Amino acid sequence: MARAAVLGRLTWRVGTLVSFRDETAAARTLVFQIPDWSGHLAGQHVDVRLTAPDGYSTERSYSIASAADGDLVELTVERLPDGEVSPYLSHVLSVGDQIELRGPIGGWFVWDPEVDSPALLVGGGSGVVPLMAMVRTRARQGFATPFRLLYSVRDPASVLYGQELDRLRSDPMLEVHYAFTRQTPTSFSRPAARIDAAFVEEFGYSAALHPAVFVCGPTGFVEAIADLLVAAGHDPHRVKTERFGPSGGSTG
Amino acid sequence: MSVPLDGNTMAGALGELFAVDVSVAVFECAGCGHAGVVAEVVVYADAPGMVARCPACSDVLVRLVRSERRAWLDMSGVVCLRIDI
Repeated sequence: MARAAVLGRLTWRVGTLVSFRDETAAARTLVFQIPDWSGHLAGQHVDVRLTAPDGYSTERSYSIASAADGDLVELTVERLPDGEVSPYLSHVLSVGDQIELRGPIGGWFVWDPEVDSPALLVGGGSGVVPLMAMVRTRARQGFATPFRLLYSVRDPASVLYGQELDRLRSDPMLEVHYAFTRQTPTSFSRPAARIDAAFVEEFGYSAALHPAVFVCGPTGFVEAIADLLVAAGHDPHRVKTERFGPSGGSTG
Repeated sequence: MSVPLDGNTMAGALGELFAVDVSVAVFECAGCGHAGVVAEVVVYADAPGMVARCPACSDVLVRLVRSERRAWLDMSGVVCLRIDI
């Protein structure tokens, strides 16, 4: 990882939207082609810069959703009602349009496939996006590392990548456990509730297994989950966190 | 009071200035001596610049302001950075 961290200075480059697919009513996955893209590690993000005709420009960070795949990079953008950038990216940008991006960014919140300890991934809302890059990288490269994804989401209609996760769950070493916080599917026995200590104990890995832990979501979610995990005995140094928020963070 | 993010969100802005990924470096806080990974500092990103604070004592570690042609980087809150190469 230290070696991968020596990247040279980051510069802006131009990416072209080559396709997109809607994940939910509010979230769209955008596939960009970026010439000479260096590839990326699972969990990294990019910064996106939009510039208006009058010169005003603004930047946002978005997690990469895809496993490394040549010069293609997928971002999943959830539209925020008062967002400045996300409504444009998720509902206006058309195939063939170009935007400025820089990346890949961030060597900390990254899953290293060469580390064979189990990985516990805990995502809140669109915090699942970089965790999905880890799940996809594991599947694409054929690793059998035990993975458990705990996914906290408002309701069934807000689930990102639901069908793909259902398919990937045929791998017995990959478990996916949902916590619906507002409304559950009819088939679901656990009432609508946030992830709590009992949920982590039932579905997470025991701290004794020394799993690598990745927690991503809004700041309040990340801090609540990190506290639960540390209280359950996980080494704080093995609990890696990434927070996003509506201002200047991973969404907006 | 805005909701803070973390040092991951600063990695791009720092990557524009440094030849290495500073977000994985270990900082030492000038205020309290706490050592930690830059990715885990507390970052307020919605000011005109970015302000990073120590997760242990809340002292300001780094301020970064960027205009079109210039960056101002105040690291007076950091005693040193340990960078693995």
